[in-house]
Amino acid sequence: MEIVCPAGTPAALRAAVKAGAHTVYCGFADETNARNFPGLNFDRDEMEESIALAHDYGAKVLIAINTYPRAGAEGIWHQAIADAERFGADAVILADIGLLDHAARHHPGLRRHLSVQAAAANADAINFYGREFGVKRVVLPRVLSVPEIAAINAETEVETEVFVFGGLCVMAEGRCSLSSYATGKSPNMNGVCSPASHVAYHETAGRLDAQLGGYTIHRVGAGEPAPYPTLCKGCFSAGDKTGHLFEDPVSLNAEALMPALQKAGVTALKIEGRQRSASYVSQVVRNFRMAVDALDQGRPMPEGMLARLSEGQAMTAGAYKKTWR
Amino acid sequence: MDAMHTSERIPLFPRLAAAPLTVLPLYPIQVVLDRFAKQVGKTHPKMFRRMREHAHARFELDPTDLPFLIQIEPRGGTPSVRLTRSAQPCDARIAGPMAALLGMVHGAYDGDALFFSRDLVIEGDTAAVLALRNAIDAAEIDLTGELAQAAGPARVMIERLSEYVEKRTGVALTRHEEAEHW
Repeated sequence: MEIVCPAGTPAALRAAVKAGAHTVYCGFADETNARNFPGLNFDRDEMEESIALAHDYGAKVLIAINTYPRAGAEGIWHQAIADAERFGADAVILADIGLLDHAARHHPGLRRHLSVQAAAANADAINFYGREFGVKRVVLPRVLSVPEIAAINAETEVETEVFVFGGLCVMAEGRCSLSSYATGKSPNMNGVCSPASHVAYHETAGRLDAQLGGYTIHRVGAGEPAPYPTLCKGCFSAGDKTGHLFEDPVSLNAEALMPALQKAGVTALKIEGRQRSASYVSQVVRNFRMAVDALDQGRPMPEGMLARLSEGQAMTAGAYKKTWR
Repeated sequence: MDAMHTSERIPLFPRLAAAPLTVLPLYPIQVVLDRFAKQVGKTHPKMFRRMREHAHARFELDPTDLPFLIQIEPRGGTPSVRLTRSAQPCDARIAGPMAALLGMVHGAYDGDALFFSRDLVIEGDTAAVLALRNAIDAAEIDLTGELAQAAGPARVMIERLSEYVEKRTGVALTRHEEAEHW
């Protein structure tokens, strides 16, 4: 199986390919990609140089242009696709139907992957994208169980890529507007979920409050891990109950399910974390490469070696193993 | 020292060694640090471009195991450093052990992990902090390397001293690349 690794900066991309990444995904430093955070991503020169470097190491580069173009500003997204092709990107990761159509018509030689933002979660939807826009690979939303993924693979020729490690989004990606309610900005349109400009932390006598858009969304005591600044992982009180309303603050680790995912026909395993440091990316990729190679060669996977790389909070196998409360 | 993730033991500056700094004048150290910061600014101009509008923010670094605060203003590429005894008006404040701050610069620690484990405290303009963190990470700064380069004939001595202190204390004073590619 192919491992697809995150890179938020040229340094992280370099770290990823040196650590054994088969493929790296990244984005331009603007609103065309869903990780549009301050100080992150690639300017045009950096992208061109980084693709050349990755190719020298035999690694592929996928460019995420996976937000939804603003009406009247589609040119920004069209230019991003044109530049991706000009720089020699191995594929673009798109979500918007109009953008997929544009890429298919104007850049037919550029391989197209369907972003998780498109939330294509069944074979009919995936085959539609494959048939109409020549999509070669789909990144599956993190709502499917392993048997459901196997069922999809049995009914489509489009390759499937699944998240196996890192932060988790709530429910079907591309349909989440939680961030918009508190900040007016969303990952789908502006490339930022819970933009840092709207996030604030206040520590008082060991108690740490996380605020988003002026709303306190979580409060923890001394010694507890710092809370996530996203509404989906916030902790709320209603009546006499307090809890994580949408989602527990856990990160995904589907390491133990890798053999099952391989058996289910998955082509590529995706690691989340474009916002993480180059050294973190290096460690995660190195460990994942060892695990994937062991799996491909029929050797037992080193047990639990990825567990220590989680964000210091609880981990879950996510929807791959559904156990509803 | 492997602290990518959870709260692990981060070395603290020895209290006995920090004690004289409570009475010694900070100005001579400030002059050296300010010159050094300006040199780093010259060798890493891209770092400030990456910070965009946040390259004009004011940051207060609080090494919690040392008796002073470091006021840093990137000023779009000609950074200034001031040392103070008390908190000053700033856009963002970053507090944690000196070893954590140095380790983050040199890639020994992951900023997110330090924050979630609460080894690092961030207050104020979160976007500015994020921009600074990402820009430093992208620049792959090596403070010992920068210092050694400016030291002329004393280069080897500085490198050896850094190596010795790093081995003795566990504090990341330089950047360690993976020796082996995959």
